[in-house]
Amino acid sequence: MTVQEIFEIIKEKFNQEQFELKPNIGGEILIVPAKILRELCFFLRDDERLSFDTLMNLSGVDLADGEKKKLEDGTIEIVGGHLATVYHLYSMKHNHKLTLKVLLPRENPVVPSIERVWRAADWHEREAYDMFGIIFEGHHNLKRILLPDDWEGYPLRKDYKVQEFYQGMKVPY
Amino acid sequence: MAELKTDQIVLNMGPQHPSTHGVLRLEVVLDGEVVVDVTPHIGYLHRCFEKHAEAMTYPQVIPYTDRMDYLSSMYNNFGYVEAVERLMNIEVPERVKYIRVIMGELQRIANHLVAVGTFGIDIGAFTPFLYCFRDRERILDLFEMTCGARLLYNYMWVGGVSHDLPPNFIPKAKEFLKDFKKSIKELNDLLSYNKIFIERTANIGILPADTAINYGCSGPVLRGSGVEWDLRKNDPYSIYDRFEWEVVTGKGEMGTVGDCWDRYMVRVREMEQSCRIVEQALEQIPDGDVTSAIPKRVKPPAGEIYFRVESPKGELGYHIISDGSLNPFRVKVRAPSFVNLQILPVISRGYLVADIIANLGSLDIVLGEIDR
Repeated sequence: MTVQEIFEIIKEKFNQEQFELKPNIGGEILIVPAKILRELCFFLRDDERLSFDTLMNLSGVDLADGEKKKLEDGTIEIVGGHLATVYHLYSMKHNHKLTLKVLLPRENPVVPSIERVWRAADWHEREAYDMFGIIFEGHHNLKRILLPDDWEGYPLRKDYKVQEFYQGMKVPY
Repeated sequence: MAELKTDQIVLNMGPQHPSTHGVLRLEVVLDGEVVVDVTPHIGYLHRCFEKHAEAMTYPQVIPYTDRMDYLSSMYNNFGYVEAVERLMNIEVPERVKYIRVIMGELQRIANHLVAVGTFGIDIGAFTPFLYCFRDRERILDLFEMTCGARLLYNYMWVGGVSHDLPPNFIPKAKEFLKDFKKSIKELNDLLSYNKIFIERTANIGILPADTAINYGCSGPVLRGSGVEWDLRKNDPYSIYDRFEWEVVTGKGEMGTVGDCWDRYMVRVREMEQSCRIVEQALEQIPDGDVTSAIPKRVKPPAGEIYFRVESPKGELGYHIISDGSLNPFRVKVRAPSFVNLQILPVISRGYLVADIIANLGSLDIVLGEIDR
């Protein structure tokens, strides 16, 4: 099934005005509002015609589309704009793919966790939290996964500044 | 008789533990000798790959991909360059396609040799490990004569490969494949059908197919559970559709479908299939230039792509976002080991503490790509 056909099926259940289908080189991307994400994912997984049984990948992204302020020390700070989570779904049964993207305000990036839908999302969500500070609401164990628990800041944000000291050790070398 | 007081204890395995294949810490909750829960703690080898990649140009990222899964560097290159080529819409020469498949499949054999060899060590069989490394050495020699490196190759470039095959590569590779068939039989006699080995691995760590799919498992871990699923067949890329070979799945010959022995055996049989692919590719490989399609400047148009390949460990995916500049805007790697390791608590609960080691070995993880 093409993304367009999948979108037609989604439209039967959900109000189509909240979606946006964006053209892209590697396949169209469906922009989804955060509040219906979990409901949509359950639908995508359980509907016979779609049966998306696999979450291939979940990435956090810093879109860095806010206002860039130059600070005195030469670094930048980004105010406003968006972070995003990208979901790559796949159906082993029907052999079709779908990419979902959720845009989140940079100041309050909260998105429902889909760990209950696909358990594969568990560590991916923790990683996105670790690297971008995206809060996955309803995740059973949302804590840092790759970095130490007491690390400050979210490294993959475009305006990340490394902390001066970590437990008495100088960090920037 | 009065009830004996029984408490659960927490046992800490790692980060330096001989059977963790790297620096992994397992927090194990035990009731006597029975495992109640396992919590993997990862991140000891975190090298900020994704942050680094944002500061590099596209070709500069390739050596970093080598260092993720350092036992199958060729395949990491393979996935990355194919993803970038799809972003830029580059068609590589036929010869390059064949070279990539040959290198990829030889790398798969090398990776599986380490996997089954160290799995044997975990269980207590030291000798097969030496036999495996003897054979792996010959593959590394082939790589060395092609590109000069033995472990981290930086061999596949966007649009081509760094060096053409040397003149004596093809006869040497054929010779290796001929000898390697005997080695597999040797390995089977030594380890696969060894009674002690079977006792330790059959009916241990049973992973049902639906759980494996829901947890996103891939590669030999998924196929061990009886799911006939291989990206080279099911979502074909490159030229894998030109060769004759079979997808190997676990059948529960020694115990239940999806146990440690099945996952192990899938790897052994996959090596045979890889041999078949390499043999056919060596026969079919055309002449030609290997560097003609390499672009002067790698500058993909704005857009994003998720591209996945069947690496020796499972589904290796690259999510690359380009903003039209020389540096990638975001590179996220979906590492197969990262996802496969999540299953460890599920398949370890209820088994004995010694079985954790068997389970971990049968997953074949490399911490380099988990922590990235």
